[in-house]
Amino acid sequence: MIKCEHIFKSFDGRTVLEDISVEFETGKTNLIIGRSGSGKTVLLKTLVGLHEPDSGSIDFDDVRYTSLSFAERKAIRKNIGMIFQGGALIDSATVLENVKLPLDLFTTYSEAEKRKRVEFCLERVELSHAPHLYPSELSGGMIKRAAIARAIVLNPRYLFCDEPNSGLDPQTSIVIDNLIHDITREYNITTIINTHDMNSVMEIGEKIVYIHQGKKWWEGSKDTILQADNAELNDFVFASSMAKRAKANIDKG
Amino acid sequence: MLKFFEVIGRYCILMGKVFSRPEKWSIYYRRTINEIEQLGINSIPLTAIISVFIGAVIALQMSISLESPFIPQMMIGYATKEVMILEFSSTVIAIILAGKVGSNIASEIGTMRITEQIDALEIMGVNSASYLILPKIVATMFFFPFLAAFSMIVGMFGGFLVARMGVMLPSDFVDGLLYAFDSWEITYSLIKMTVFAFLITSISAFYGYYAKGNSLEVGRASTTAVVVSSIMIMIFNLILTQLLRT
Repeated sequence: MIKCEHIFKSFDGRTVLEDISVEFETGKTNLIIGRSGSGKTVLLKTLVGLHEPDSGSIDFDDVRYTSLSFAERKAIRKNIGMIFQGGALIDSATVLENVKLPLDLFTTYSEAEKRKRVEFCLERVELSHAPHLYPSELSGGMIKRAAIARAIVLNPRYLFCDEPNSGLDPQTSIVIDNLIHDITREYNITTIINTHDMNSVMEIGEKIVYIHQGKKWWEGSKDTILQADNAELNDFVFASSMAKRAKANIDKG
Repeated sequence: MLKFFEVIGRYCILMGKVFSRPEKWSIYYRRTINEIEQLGINSIPLTAIISVFIGAVIALQMSISLESPFIPQMMIGYATKEVMILEFSSTVIAIILAGKVGSNIASEIGTMRITEQIDALEIMGVNSASYLILPKIVATMFFFPFLAAFSMIVGMFGGFLVARMGVMLPSDFVDGLLYAFDSWEITYSLIKMTVFAFLITSISAFYGYYAKGNSLEVGRASTTAVVVSSIMIMIFNLILTQLLRT
């Protein structure tokens, strides 16, 4: 479980996050949704420790992350996996080297054990045919899958995903969504996904937080989002004409 | 002025992070070997080409300028040696390497910054500054003095080739190279190159590490890195010459 309370964050006097309190549940895919520029990436990066909140607290299970020193945070960070929007694979390393990097740095495994673990993770994301390829030789979907393999190689307890579907076609997006969802269930991870893709929301949104203008506007799940009585959220959810027609049909019963 | 001190402060903080204890020495060792190849060995052809031609041109210029019956011909070899050892092989080669290696480092680290690769390392719990920059600093400080020594040899060989072309007696040129030989001059030049290697690598890495925005900003960071490195090389050249030669 990850819990944040009364998070405020501003840059150069401009408030980006305002009094955000939310609890992300273990074993569930928790989604942060919102328009571009709403502050969801800042929230995700604040939760993960890349930005320091101006005020408020963040707890990782029973540990108050915001009270820890830089050195103490290292122990928690080893339990965090993160998938970045562009994959953030190291350009000069192959897929295998990218996935193996956390093992090289933080484990005392033998070379054979590391290779076995990497092969297992690559197989899990269906990328066992491409360990020798460089990021520049991979498609968008393969980059995301390699990033997932790297994120899970140390068996993390917390998984953060920043727009994992951006730049992917709808079918590949569903594959990535389901992969993250399955991994979350399989390893009982607390997963937080940042997205504005409504397909993802309806596919894997077990818990959804809607952020608007830096504030938490709504909280619920994929089962309740379509019936939500919130004008801003409805504008976001039913933005396309197809969705608007679906909404009209829902309203008609 | 305030901005100047802010940059100095951020540079010092970054260097503090760079020289903190590495996560795993074996990884850093492997990365350093790789950087020696990328930043050092790959610079040998450029150093060789520039040094041989500059050595040749210095010998040629000297033969024109020192054309007098009162000046012995061997002074051409002596002057070529002095210019190559004292300034060209350390200072000028360092400025050239600031262009090649400095821009390479700034753009590589800058691209890693804007594509969130550095954030990814930080999330893993890696000291990204140390992981990315320390092997580069160690590699260049170790290898650039070899490049300087190589440049001295190749430059003097360039001068010798000019002598062989009929400008003067090659034996006079060789006599000039050996005339008033002072091994401290070589030591002084290698010390300078070691300091310049640190300046080039750390300054370029600093501008890359704090790059923001898009590819345009990475380009700017790369240019600034080369300009600032070159200026700092000039300033430290003066300071080191004052300290070591007077």
